[in-house]
Amino acid sequence: MELSLEQKFQEKIDRDERIEPRDWMPDSYRKTLVRQISQHAHSELVGMLPEGNWISRAPSLRRKLGLMAKVQDEAGHGLYLYSAAETLGVERDTMFDQLHSGKAKYSSIFNYPTLTWADIGAIGWLVDGAAIMNQVPLCRCSYGPYARAMVRVCKEESFHQRQGFEIMLTLCQGTPEQKAMAQDALNRWWWPSLMMFGPNDAESPNTKQSMAWNIKRFSNDELRQRFVDMTVPQAELLGIKIPDPDLKLNEETGNYHFGAINWDEFWQVVKGHGPCNKDRLAARVKAHEEGAWVREAAMAYAEKQENRLNKAKTA
Amino acid sequence: MKNNDLFKYTLQLADDVMILGHRLSEWTGHGPVLEQDIALSNIALDLIGEARNLYQYAAKQEGNGKTEDDYPYKRDVLQWTNALIVEQKNGDFAQTIVRQFLFDCYHYYHLEALSKSTDEQMAFIGAKSVKEARYHLQYSAEWMVRLGDGTEESHARMQQAIEDKMHYFEELFIPTAAESRLVESGVAVDLAPIRVKAYAKLNEVIKESTLKLPEDIYTQQGGRNGVHTEHFGYILAELQYMQKSYPNMQW
Ligand SMILES: [Fe+2]
Ligand SMILES: [Fe+2]
Repeated sequence: MELSLEQKFQEKIDRDERIEPRDWMPDSYRKTLVRQISQHAHSELVGMLPEGNWISRAPSLRRKLGLMAKVQDEAGHGLYLYSAAETLGVERDTMFDQLHSGKAKYSSIFNYPTLTWADIGAIGWLVDGAAIMNQVPLCRCSYGPYARAMVRVCKEESFHQRQGFEIMLTLCQGTPEQKAMAQDALNRWWWPSLMMFGPNDAESPNTKQSMAWNIKRFSNDELRQRFVDMTVPQAELLGIKIPDPDLKLNEETGNYHFGAINWDEFWQVVKGHGPCNKDRLAARVKAHEEGAWVREAAMAYAEKQENRLNKAKTA
Repeated sequence: MKNNDLFKYTLQLADDVMILGHRLSEWTGHGPVLEQDIALSNIALDLIGEARNLYQYAAKQEGNGKTEDDYPYKRDVLQWTNALIVEQKNGDFAQTIVRQFLFDCYHYYHLEALSKSTDEQMAFIGAKSVKEARYHLQYSAEWMVRLGDGTEESHARMQQAIEDKMHYFEELFIPTAAESRLVESGVAVDLAPIRVKAYAKLNEVIKESTLKLPEDIYTQQGGRNGVHTEHFGYILAELQYMQKSYPNMQW
């Protein structure tokens, strides 16, 4: 019996082969990927803002350079990801419009403010740490361009995570004031970091399909648990306390049991009511609008150059 | 603080690239195009990297347990000797590009000559940074042309930026007394031939970008003597925020 396109597609996925831009794919697969990759790209872009907020105030030349390089890396990640999404037939400008209108989402973690220098350490340690958890499995995602983009991204993310941890370590080995700063940052970033993995599996209806398509390899709750298990010993090493009275090692499983996540807060921020949603979007819109004349000029110039070249050829 | 010619010269060179790098880094996350956001951050990284090498050299000269961070983070306005052009606000992308291009015209040729300094460490820093500065000049010159010869709006913005920034150019070529004394021993770069090369490049690019230099250019100066523009205090307020709020800690 002749297999349908859809069946052939799924068989390829089941053999753990990569789907490439020219291959046939179901519309829903394409749509899911566009949504996920563009959301990921937007997160890289918006994610530059909370840390960018500290570039001008970084406390030493070494830290200033480290932070600048990190934020610049995130811009690069955005670039790889927008390019990956473009292979699915969606333009960067369209994705920007969706971001600016609020139609497209980005990771909610970036809607929290960076108040002290310790936040730069905590973001690197926790937020990049959580990002790695999410992203390493994506290096094996069934869609080739996304998987390949993630390989490059993950290398840099683990560097970011180490840099963040090292900032935290320096603070924790510093004065009592510095250590208090580190503790405060952990208090504020811990729960939003756990929320980065998304709703509980029971509330995450798309997970099953994404796993069948080999876009996702592990469920939200599995990844969240791994993150907690990885991070708790690191906090112990730093000598600061995770702000969860229910946190406890389960001797049998070796996993840490953790307290209930405040999902009301999560949905509030997703809906646009987090502490910085408005500022973050406004900053992106401003950069885009104020850059319009630059992009127009670059296009006009390129056109002029092409005409000149053509004229020279025919002359 | 130490007060000899080489030390002063080292800090003066460092201050230029430190402040310009700091200014450029304000663009990170806010650039007009993602690719240009990355490019401006790249240049900022290069410039602050160069500043770091020079401040390290200053610290070595001074000894006494001084570090690279003592100079950018612990000096007040009057002790900074950067040229005024680098501290000017970013403004729109046109103002940033013009400021960058004017500085690059000086910086590239200056580093090229510095790499032949009789002072080994200066020569080393010059040789290291000149490769980066060559790329900076190429980048800013390309954008001069692209925006100058782009749309009516971009042309107008660029022409305005030239009018606004041109009177900060000449200061880059006026040697301080310490600098002049160091030229004799071949440590410092003689600015006269650098000025000729920089103006040649400037004129070439201005022509290609269909822009015009202002008819009469007056010269603003003072940075080399610590007399800065009013923007400068605000730069330091941010740059030195942590050191002022939490003195004498390791970060
Ligand atoms: Fe990233
Ligand atoms: Fe990162």
